[in-house]
Amino acid sequence: MIEFVLDGRSTANTYLQLVQQVKQALRVGLLVPGDKLPRVREVALSLAINPNTVLKAYRELEIEGLVEGRPGVGTFVTATLAGASLAGQAELRAELVGWLGRAHAAGLDDDEVTALIDTTRRAERGTSGEGTRDGARARG
Amino acid sequence: MEHVLEADGLGKRYAGRWALRDCTLRLPAGRVAALVGPNGAGKSTLLHLAVGLLRPDAGQVRVFGEHPYENTTTLAEIGFVAQDTPVYRDFTADELVRMGGKVNRRWDATLARTRLAQLGIPPRKPVGKLSGGQRAQVALALALAKRPRLLLLDEPVASLDPLARREFLAALMGNVAESGTTVLLSSHILADLERSCDYLLVLQGGRVRLSGDVDDIVAGHRQLVGPRHLTADGTVIRERHTDRQSTVLVRTDVPIFDPAWTVHELTLEELILGYLGEAEGATNHAEWGVPA
Repeated sequence: MIEFVLDGRSTANTYLQLVQQVKQALRVGLLVPGDKLPRVREVALSLAINPNTVLKAYRELEIEGLVEGRPGVGTFVTATLAGASLAGQAELRAELVGWLGRAHAAGLDDDEVTALIDTTRRAERGTSGEGTRDGARARG
Repeated sequence: MEHVLEADGLGKRYAGRWALRDCTLRLPAGRVAALVGPNGAGKSTLLHLAVGLLRPDAGQVRVFGEHPYENTTTLAEIGFVAQDTPVYRDFTADELVRMGGKVNRRWDATLARTRLAQLGIPPRKPVGKLSGGQRAQVALALALAKRPRLLLLDEPVASLDPLARREFLAALMGNVAESGTTVLLSSHILADLERSCDYLLVLQGGRVRLSGDVDDIVAGHRQLVGPRHLTADGTVIRERHTDRQSTVLVRTDVPIFDPAWTVHELTLEELILGYLGEAEGATNHAEWGVPA
């Protein structure tokens, strides 16, 4: 069983924070298929948050095929995220390290790199047309 | 979608001044709604109209489809905690629980006693001698013992310290999870609301300024910072300009792609303040004898 913790300084929606925390627990293997998530009432009570928010998070996880709600019993983990994208990440990371080196050589500091990535990503979304509100929201 | 509370063109006048005016709103069932606005915006008036203590001077309000004014049928379905939790101070919590059983048709005394026992509230001490947090919990327990379908709370946490406030909201959220009661609570403490409420009603000057699902509202607003004279997509809620720069709060359903803007997401608190701060013209430099 995991215990939810909210990041008071995060601007992400509370329900997204719950979703992300479950996903993170799945990535690192803290949660495995068959595990039960805390009951909605317990989460609402311990964090003083709206139970609808917890339900919304669990529903989102269910839509993504990560958990399954069994009426009257609870919500159970049905999938794992551990190691799924790690292989692909290593290669991308190596390329990014090379790019960052060139950026710094060109005189960009960290803030400028972040700003460049952010504006490029937005401009790219704008032209490719795949940008949705969810896409924008996920940046939070 | 079932609406628990509906108002159409609702108005209430005190001594010729409109405390609430042309108020139209829908509160869907099962929501925990925050009622927000500056002092004098009409929050208490709206709650008193909904509970049936006041008669509308214009328009109408319906609770579960019925007019609530002096209506004991709707009153039986409503739990109400008025501002400053005015329970009878000379009575003990135990006496209040027993009294409630005599004046209410539906009364779950066991629920009230269990809640109060869990919170360690002394049963035989006059509630006037309890702490503010304990008194608020007694008032909430009594309201919940009616097993209401609609719970109206007027500034329930305003006078509580942060710990008591959190305990109160935790108790409330736990109950909502069990009962599915629709809640409308007015509050000044904006930071608490983002977590506990999923629906928002902003009142200002007796009118509804903004209402809707909290996540939709937060996702639908952005703060944009960019060079002056740039036009923002979407509905401008508030804008500030220096000679070079513009800061704009916009409501938009599409992402902002223009790289000239720096896009900031807003917390619910910042967003509400953006709406409420929009009303200008309240300055009175002349009265203070200082230059504007």
